[in-house]
Formats: sequence, structure tokens, C-alpha cells
Amino acid sequence: MKAAADEREHEDIVAAGRPKVVETPAGPLYASRVRIYPRGISGFYRNIKWGVLAVCLAIYYVTPWIRFDRGPGAPDQAVLLDITNARGYFFWIEIWPQEIYYLTGLLLIGAVGLFLVSSLFGRLWCGYTCPQTVWTDLFMLVERWIEGERHQRMRLDRAPMSAAKFARKSAKHAAWLLISLATGGAWIFYFNDAPTTMVEVLTGQSSLKLYFFVGLFTATTYVLAGFAREQVCTYMCPWPRFQAAMLDEQTLTVTYQAWRGEPRGKHKQGDSWEGRGDCVDCRACIAVCPTGIDIRDGMQLECIGCGLCIDACNDIMGKVGRPRELITFATLASQAERAKGHEAPYRLLRPRTIIYATMLVAVSGAMLAALLLRADVTLTVIRDRLPLFVTLSDGSIRNGYTVKIGNKAHEEREFRVLLDGAAVAGAEVSLGEAAGVSGESVAVRADSVGTVRVYARLERAAVTAESLPVDIVLLDRTGREVARERTVFRGPAGRP
Amino acid sequence: MPTKIEKDEISGQQTTGHEWDGIKELDTPMPKWWLYTFYATILFSAVYFVLFPSVPFVNSYFGGILGYNQREDVARRMEEAAAEQAPFMQRVAAATLEEIRGNPELLTYAQIGGRIAFNNNCAPCHQVGGAGARGYPNLADDDWLWGGRLEDIHKTIQYGIRNSDERSRQSAMPRYGADRILDQKQIGEVAEYVLSLSGRAEDAERAARGAQVFAEQCVACHGERGEGNRELGAPDLTNAIWLYGGDRRSIVETIYNARNGAMPAWEGRLDAATIKMLSVYVHALGGGE
Repeated sequence: MKAAADEREHEDIVAAGRPKVVETPAGPLYASRVRIYPRGISGFYRNIKWGVLAVCLAIYYVTPWIRFDRGPGAPDQAVLLDITNARGYFFWIEIWPQEIYYLTGLLLIGAVGLFLVSSLFGRLWCGYTCPQTVWTDLFMLVERWIEGERHQRMRLDRAPMSAAKFARKSAKHAAWLLISLATGGAWIFYFNDAPTTMVEVLTGQSSLKLYFFVGLFTATTYVLAGFAREQVCTYMCPWPRFQAAMLDEQTLTVTYQAWRGEPRGKHKQGDSWEGRGDCVDCRACIAVCPTGIDIRDGMQLECIGCGLCIDACNDIMGKVGRPRELITFATLASQAERAKGHEAPYRLLRPRTIIYATMLVAVSGAMLAALLLRADVTLTVIRDRLPLFVTLSDGSIRNGYTVKIGNKAHEEREFRVLLDGAAVAGAEVSLGEAAGVSGESVAVRADSVGTVRVYARLERAAVTAESLPVDIVLLDRTGREVARERTVFRGPAGRP
Repeated sequence: MPTKIEKDEISGQQTTGHEWDGIKELDTPMPKWWLYTFYATILFSAVYFVLFPSVPFVNSYFGGILGYNQREDVARRMEEAAAEQAPFMQRVAAATLEEIRGNPELLTYAQIGGRIAFNNNCAPCHQVGGAGARGYPNLADDDWLWGGRLEDIHKTIQYGIRNSDERSRQSAMPRYGADRILDQKQIGEVAEYVLSLSGRAEDAERAARGAQVFAEQCVACHGERGEGNRELGAPDLTNAIWLYGGDRRSIVETIYNARNGAMPAWEGRLDAATIKMLSVYVHALGGGE
């Protein structure tokens, strides 16, 4: 049925990439999933895909185990998101929750980088590095090992339940669950010290919360990579929907070179190639496709750009003795030119790619600058609102401020608090009694926030307005200004 | 119910037989997942009814076979929190006020615990942050009726002021006008003198006459120069801080009726450790001596 429908549609396609005209169906819009049994393939793109898969999995599983010495009192895990203590560690970078904008910046770099890559080379992310692709590929590999090749799997699924079928199916699901468990298990290591957590989880001493998350990510991995598969890309993921905005006619995408392949048809050995295309309609490209589409229909939403059909087609072209790359990475523009018999060079520099590249450089630069200029002291001033100000017995006015000093260094440091501002030049500053306060200076413990009350007293005559601007300044031990925060000094209404 | 089942031509779905302006309603069954979820919630509620408190009776209720009780749950959590705090509270209770001050860990604990206790117990009168109000002293300034040292504050909180506890701070200002001790003219003159103590007198002659009355009636408590007496909670009349207002009218009213503000004793209401934490907190509000 489907094949016949495909045939009819092919006739409508004159040039590659011309969008398919789909008539609004009269019946229900829901279509049941057609089960996909991708055939195994080997070749250039498959090898790249295996390599990327290995690297991605290695990064995911190994990263939490990398150690990084930060000195005493700090975790020695290179990458750790310590939720309990509200710290994020990335090798030599350590961020506090207030600095979540670093994460925002990272996401921005990721997004713009994805835009750039997509506009240049199409959906490389989807085809090679997306976790959905990586784990689905891994699950398919396991499936192929246990249940055999495409035709064997199809036969097995059609066969009635038997002991042999049950054994194979059980083995497959057990293997999938094991992989899922390892995936879910590795996830929690990013949030807890890996070696101790590993021991705790394995010996049943870990918290219910951790087991919940292991279970959650085990379940999502199992369901998404085992069952949902290409449906995640087609129905759930937003990226395929708006990637159309990134692509243009100069973007490299997996392309069936229709000008070369059509008219297609079966070819018997010894037959002439005159008057016909190179496509022998062997359907190998469809058999290997992880999303089960026919690349000869042109660019499609479902195509994740993995290039496995290129490998499959090259294999066949080699066997029938025709040039390789009937399906290839090519641009729409080059295809249009080639159809007319011209050569079209690939244009790397286009307004779109220049804009994306500029954005990427700008965001990365801003992030790098922010990181390099990152202060290791934070100062927050909270002015007392109740009482707004205090009248002392000699008539002078005193304001109170709660000053929070964040010491991001791994050593205890001493700071002095000063008041700066022309309007409050004569102000007398004192610090409230608190842990770490001695005289005019306050000591803040390593990697923590110290709180100190700062009192500023001003003669009544000097309080010339209800609100006077004032800066609270933080000096380090050497007298260097390390932070400054603007606030106000409040007094009674009216002139003295 | 229509007697004849009618099928929709396009979808093949049967209709409900209802028709509005030529539009027929399809009798589409509920999605299976929705229906099963719905059945699951019914099952859940039935199980819940049996396990947890559910059916109200006239004077009681069915408590569920698990015996769960939210009130007990809260009480248990409060106990857990108290148990976690216990080591600190014991240390605070055992330490002297000066020891708490000298220990950074205890000082931080006492200041935070004191703030919570203050907001729960003291803020209704003294306001959050000890800002005070008319008749309720500002605890953040440097003027203290009964003393601003840690132990003075502790004693004031412990026993209170002018209450039925015999250890409370006691003193009473006579009602000079209401009890006819002084006449209107004398009260006006004393008020003028009191104003002169903070340099605000308008009539030096009246103030001089007021000084004589002051010497006879007021010095015993407020001191010869109006500097006050903390033993008796007599305020300093020479400074800028007036608990009941420093304008002429307020001063006259104070002399006429007296004020004698009171504060409850907190010993017995709060435990010893909490009173210590409160003392440390109030002392650190800005005016501690």
C-alpha cells in the first residue's frame, strides 16, 4: 500500500527538494505508528556515527569520575552540581546560585552554536550527538545483536509467542533495562560525589530521593530509546519544527540527487543504463533509515540527517557499478544547478552564517570576559526598613544596614566596611556585634556569606534631606576596594 | 436514544442522533487512556477512604485504618525540630550571657533564634526591629530606661516592668494633676522647665519657677539636672528621646496623669535559653551597652 502510494508521489517530484504536495485527508488525522526495523549498515557515515556515539557515551559516563583537587573543604569532583550546598563546580570554575547567568550564557552558546552548525551542515546534532539519537542507536545495536537483522526481527515479531521468542525478547529488554539503569545511575553522579554515592546506592544506603531519580531516568531512557524512538524526533521535539528557520538553500543536507537517479526502476545485470536514472529502486535507503522515511521524497521533517542512507546507497551503487554518492550531503542550490548540468560551489559565507558566527563570538566573548572578570567577593546591602532610622539621645540620626559579604575564595578573609559619599562625609560607622566582627573589620569564612550589621551615624544638622545617597564600600586587608554598593541614608522629613 | 443507529459518512463514527441546525454530534467514545485514568482515580479514592480519615460523624470522624492524623504529624515534626535544636538550646541555657557573646557559633545561633522569638513575642509592642512606638521604647537607640547592658536587658525581659511579679522592675510616677498634688499653673511651669532641659524653653521666668517645683517633686527620681535614674526607670529628660512625645502638650499630659508603662514578665512564658537569646538579640539591635 505504502510503497504504491510512494510511487505515485515520486512522479510529482520534478526536482530534488521541491516540497511534497500533500492533500488534506478526508479521514481521521491520526496515523498509527508503522514499526520501523532499521537494517544494519556499514560505511563512512556509520563509522562516524559509531565514533561520535562512543565519545558521547564516554563523556557521559566518565565525566563524574574525573577528580580535580580544589584544596581542603571543597569537593574534588571535576564536574559537580552540589544542590545541597548550592554550588556548581566545573573544573576550575565554581559558581554560586546567584551566578546562574553563567548557565544561561552556556545555553545561549549552545543554542547559537546549534543555529550555526544547522545553517551550515543541517541536522548534525540530531543525527549524531543528540542523546535521543545516541541512546536509540545503542538500543538498536543491542536489539540487532539479540534479535538479529531486519528480516529476522520482522519475522520474530510476526511469529506466535514461543519459548525461543520469549527468551530473545526477555534478553533484549533485560539488556535495555541494564543500559537504562546505568544511564539513570550515572545521572545522579553529576549531583553527588560519585565514588561515595556509587557505594551507597549499591549497598542500599542511599536516600529514597536518589533511588527515585535513578528510577526516573532509568524509566525515561528505557521508554524513550526502547519504544518512543523516532516518535520523539517527529512528534515531541520542537527542534525539527523550527530548524526550518535556520536552513536555507545553501545548507548541506542529506539529498537524493533526483536529476541523476530518476527515472528510477529495477535494473537487471547487463541491461543498458541509457535513458534511465541510477536509482535501481532497491529501497536499501528506506531499510536502513532509523526514522523509516524515503529520502527520495526530498527534504522531510522526519529526516535527522544521519546519512546512513548514503552508506546504504553507496553500497548498492558499488555493486551495480554506478558512481557513488547518488544520495549525498548537498545543498538545494547545487542540486538545482546540477539538474541543469552546471556545477555550483558550496557557499560557506552567507549573511545567515555570518550573523550566527558573529553572535556566537559575541556571546562567547561576553561569557569569557564575565568569567575572567568574575569578582570573588559579593556585597549585598539591605537597608533597615524598620526602624527606617533611629534618633539617638544626642539628637543625631543613625541608619542600620544589613551587609552580606560573599567570600568566594577558599580561605577566610577579612574586610573593612566604609561609607563613601559627599552627602555623608561626616558619618561615623560602626559594626554590630556578630560572629567574625572585631573592631572595624569583619572576617568571612571560606566559601560562605558573612552577615554584619553596619550602623552609620550622622549629626542631625548634616541630615539635610529625607534621603541622602551613600555608597557602602568593602576594602580587603590591603586596603584595596573590592566591592561597592549604592544605598541611601534616611532621616526625618524637613530641614533640621 | 435513537432507535436506529446512524453512522456518520465521513468518519464512520456513530452519531448521538442529536441535530442542531444540520450539525450532528458524533458519539465518540472517551479515549481509553482517559477512561482508565478516571477509573484509577475512583479506585484511588475508595482506597483512600478506607486508609485515611474520611467520613465525618456528628462528634467524631472515621479515622482510617492507618490511623494517620495531621495534628500528630505536625506535633511530631515540631518535636523533631526541637530535638535538632536541643544541643544548641542546652548550650545556650548552660552558658552565661558573656560566654554566648564570646562564642561565634552560639552568638550567631542566639541572634537568629532571638530574632524569631522577638518577632513572635515582642514585636506586637516594640515593632519589628525594635523600632518601638509611642509608649513602647525603641530598642535600637542608645537611651535605656532600665539599663542597656546585656544583664540589664536580660533582667527586664525575665521579670518585666511594673507587673504582678514581685521581682519585676518597679517604680511609679505620681499623677500630679489628677491627684491634685500640683495645680495647673505649677504643672505648666514644670513643663516649661523640662523643656528648658533640652534647650527648648520659651519663657525663662516661668521655667525658673518650674525649677523650684521640679526640685521639690521630681529630682528624687529624675535627678537634679533631669538626667534620669535607671534604678527607677526614670527617663533622662535632657536628651532628644521622648517615649510619650517631647512637645509641651505631651509633657503636660505626662505630668498630669503620669504614664507608668508596663511589660509582662517572660520567665515562665519562655524558657531560660530563649530569654537569653532575646537579650543577645535586643542588645545587638544597635544600642547595646
